[in-house]
Amino acid sequence: MNRRDFLQVAGLSTGAFLLADRAVFGRSVAPEALLEPGVDVAVKKRLADAALNAAKSKGASYTDVRIGRYLRQFVITREDKVQNIVNTESYGVGVRVIVDGCWGFAAVVDAKNEDQTAKAAEEAVAIAKANARLLKQPVQLAPQKGFGEVSWKAPIRKNAFEVPIKEKVDLLLTVNDAALKNGANYVNSVLFMVNEQKYFASSDGSYIDQDIHRMWPTFTVTAIDPKTGKFETRSELSAPMGMGYDYLQVNPSDKITGITTRYNKGYDMLEDVTAAAKHAKQKLTAKSVEAGKYDLVLDPSHLWLTIHESVGHPLELDRVLGYEANFAGTSFATLDKWKSKNFNYGSKQVNLFADKTQVGSLGAVGWDDEGVACKQWDLVKDGTLVNYQAIRDQVHIIGENESQGCCYADSWSSVQFQRMANVSLAAGKTPLSVEQMIKDVKKGIYIIGDGSFSIDQQRYNFQFGGQLFYEIKDGQIAGMLKDVAYQSNTQEFWNSCVQICDDRDYRLGGSFFDGKGQPMQVSAVSHGSSTTRFNGVNVINTARKI
Amino acid sequence: MALLTEAEAKSLLQKVLSYSKADECEVNLVGGERGNIRYARNEVSTSGAMSTQTVQVRSSFGKKSGVAAIDELNDASLEKVVRRAEELAQLAPENPEYVSVLEPQQYLKSVGYFDSTAKITPAIRAEAVAKSLQESSKQKLAAAGFLEDFRGYSAMMNSKGLFAYYPSTNVNFSLTVRTDDGTGSGYVTRGYSDFSKLDTVSATKIAVQKCLGSVGARALEPGKYTVILEPTAAVVLLESIFSNLDARSADEGRSFLSKPGGKTKVGEKIVDERVTIYSDPTNPELPAAPWSGDGRAQEKINWIEKGVVKNMAYSRFWAQKKGVKAVPPPANVIMAGGTASLEDMIKSTQRGILVTKLWYIRSVDPQTLLLTGLTRDGTFYIENGKIKHPVKNFRFNESPVIMLNNLEALGKPERVVSTESTANYLIPPMKIREFTFSSLSDAV
Repeated sequence: MNRRDFLQVAGLSTGAFLLADRAVFGRSVAPEALLEPGVDVAVKKRLADAALNAAKSKGASYTDVRIGRYLRQFVITREDKVQNIVNTESYGVGVRVIVDGCWGFAAVVDAKNEDQTAKAAEEAVAIAKANARLLKQPVQLAPQKGFGEVSWKAPIRKNAFEVPIKEKVDLLLTVNDAALKNGANYVNSVLFMVNEQKYFASSDGSYIDQDIHRMWPTFTVTAIDPKTGKFETRSELSAPMGMGYDYLQVNPSDKITGITTRYNKGYDMLEDVTAAAKHAKQKLTAKSVEAGKYDLVLDPSHLWLTIHESVGHPLELDRVLGYEANFAGTSFATLDKWKSKNFNYGSKQVNLFADKTQVGSLGAVGWDDEGVACKQWDLVKDGTLVNYQAIRDQVHIIGENESQGCCYADSWSSVQFQRMANVSLAAGKTPLSVEQMIKDVKKGIYIIGDGSFSIDQQRYNFQFGGQLFYEIKDGQIAGMLKDVAYQSNTQEFWNSCVQICDDRDYRLGGSFFDGKGQPMQVSAVSHGSSTTRFNGVNVINTARKI
Repeated sequence: MALLTEAEAKSLLQKVLSYSKADECEVNLVGGERGNIRYARNEVSTSGAMSTQTVQVRSSFGKKSGVAAIDELNDASLEKVVRRAEELAQLAPENPEYVSVLEPQQYLKSVGYFDSTAKITPAIRAEAVAKSLQESSKQKLAAAGFLEDFRGYSAMMNSKGLFAYYPSTNVNFSLTVRTDDGTGSGYVTRGYSDFSKLDTVSATKIAVQKCLGSVGARALEPGKYTVILEPTAAVVLLESIFSNLDARSADEGRSFLSKPGGKTKVGEKIVDERVTIYSDPTNPELPAAPWSGDGRAQEKINWIEKGVVKNMAYSRFWAQKKGVKAVPPPANVIMAGGTASLEDMIKSTQRGILVTKLWYIRSVDPQTLLLTGLTRDGTFYIENGKIKHPVKNFRFNESPVIMLNNLEALGKPERVVSTESTANYLIPPMKIREFTFSSLSDAV
């Protein structure tokens, strides 16, 4: 699920009602309530201990308790109007236990005393006992040492919730005005802000307090040609980030100049929307692409989504094993390919790694939702498949005795399960700029920004669009193209990778609302890369007449 | 948790309104329970239940309005949520598109609440799944599935005395069965308001048959083919028409229903004349709420009639501005069909492809509704009226508007669940010529 699907599902464009109905977002609150401190950490420890003790006395061999307060603020506008300001808060406690080798889970809303958390623990035990009758293989949980009482805070410079709503509304209305003045007929803009205050305690002896912030400024501008009745859009080149409002405070060093400006750790929304309005108009008269094979030069604002779909998802161990077969699907990257130690995922240049530590990324935390310290590990090394993403009850399957720390639940009321870590393409080791890369391309397309995306249930065949397409002829950018989408097969595509720019160009993109599971849970994840070249990729023309 | 009856909901809403000091106030109330059981690799992986109830208050002073919601229903909380909405309204900028709340309306009668579904217990859920597992294990197949049921109500009241209440139930079941070696995969999904209609055994037999039948798929060249789309496959393409009926987008020039010069395609024939797409909240096979979230009456309405665009959906503001009836977006969607069975349609096909499910549908071009996606879990080659052999999955690039212009035949509509949105519809199987497959996939 991407942002646009989410907007439709959550009814954000029409009102807050559907949103308020989703437990994951909690109840609406006044904006100032988002700055009130949550439950004190000493009280959280007491609530957690009550649950840990209750579960143990009822026979649990393992217990973890998650006390979560989730704050969200969305500011939604179109043209000169504020459509909605959504402030939500959700607080509660989830308890997970293992009894007789079987998982059990129960959650309680608004739990502020020990009786409530102890009762939730007892319910979790009862559910585990009931489910144990259907069990075929007892849970094998990788050992994990306790960390004692520890904490982690996202290193933000400005808490978005401290910025007055008026300032945010003024920013978006200024952005919208700039879009309209520069040729857009319509513009929608949104600020998404999230603060997760999470406390985790387990029978391993961990008491972990964490404060996580995420932020995403987005827009879509539309330009219409009244004569032909054609319309074109251009969406933001920002990335959702694990940052505070500081993401909107730009230093010149955060900007990557070129055919259009792209952004690193700071985003100039006004500058981007001004360019976007011009781009949307330009697209109306751009040349329609001629289908065929092209060398693709993919900007990080585009490539993140291809990495997400063709590397991040197929290397999730639960998919490989069949746990997602009825919905998200399985994976082509089967265990035998990994065991062979010579499965050629990509060319020698391709090094893909998972990590939950990169500063400013959406996935960065100190510990995951089952108390495992976060780290970085290789998935594809010099082109060869070397590992998966796995959690405590899975790692034994791939011969490891320590979880990789990528367990996550989107709410205190959801069961935590394996979710994608930040999965990124390592930058090239040889100095190489985007300009140098383009200079060597004879017949190519330079793609910036993410667009339409689709991939099969085992992650072989995919098709991606984009926001901006530029034709490359004999090492020069020859002009804008439209109606572009490329199709490939994951292994073929990553083996067609010939060059990766160096780390000066390394930037993050990401998904704020990645969906998985039944019932579906959302998670936020970043993907880093530098501009990368893929040779001889099949490009189709998507223009049709109705 | 007991669901509020109509009388209880009414009295609670009256109480909320009694706290209001705003010029206008509108209160929505929803409550319900959801239960689910999920399984994979032939055993239960997760199961759960969740109760929700939420009161949402929209208070307005002039054209300034604020919204607040709360999930506790005691008197203090209800008063607090009204005060909060009023505070937010005072802080809000004027909304030039604000429209005054509706007068009381007349609603059709629609029965969407069934005791059979409302009374599902964890044991009943487990039993339905156990029967399915028994069936799939006879063939030594790996089953992964999900059963989710819902019982609940929605209600609303406003300061002009409008009151509406609608209770409903629903159950969705889906199942994927795969051969152990991963060379075959079959799928089935069923959705009903009335749980007594769900037969997990007969549904499982269909998934098993598709799974076994899909082993040994052969590659066909991508290109244009005659296809027979089972309703589960067709609906995920048609959904992009159903969700793009908004009049404002069309008037603004950014919809597939837009025409040059700010005009729209209302009154024009855009698809084959056998295509009629309509809504009817009272349809017994697909009952839906007879009112929309802002209190407007949902009536029987044709969106596309004999191929011609008849109506678009309006917000109340946009309808007022355009001086037309404020038709709300659809609460359910039905596509009329014929009498032919799927078997009849296969028999009448010289050369074609039977598509039983489509996956990962995404918009490629909103102007033409061009979509991409892939076939999944059972795709078969038809020759001389018979299924000859399974074929490898294809990626397609196709617009449902173009597809409905290339219509060959329609079968009997049946209730289906969208694998993209989980919404339920009544959709016929359909035969389409020149459907565009653009590449092959190795996925099973």
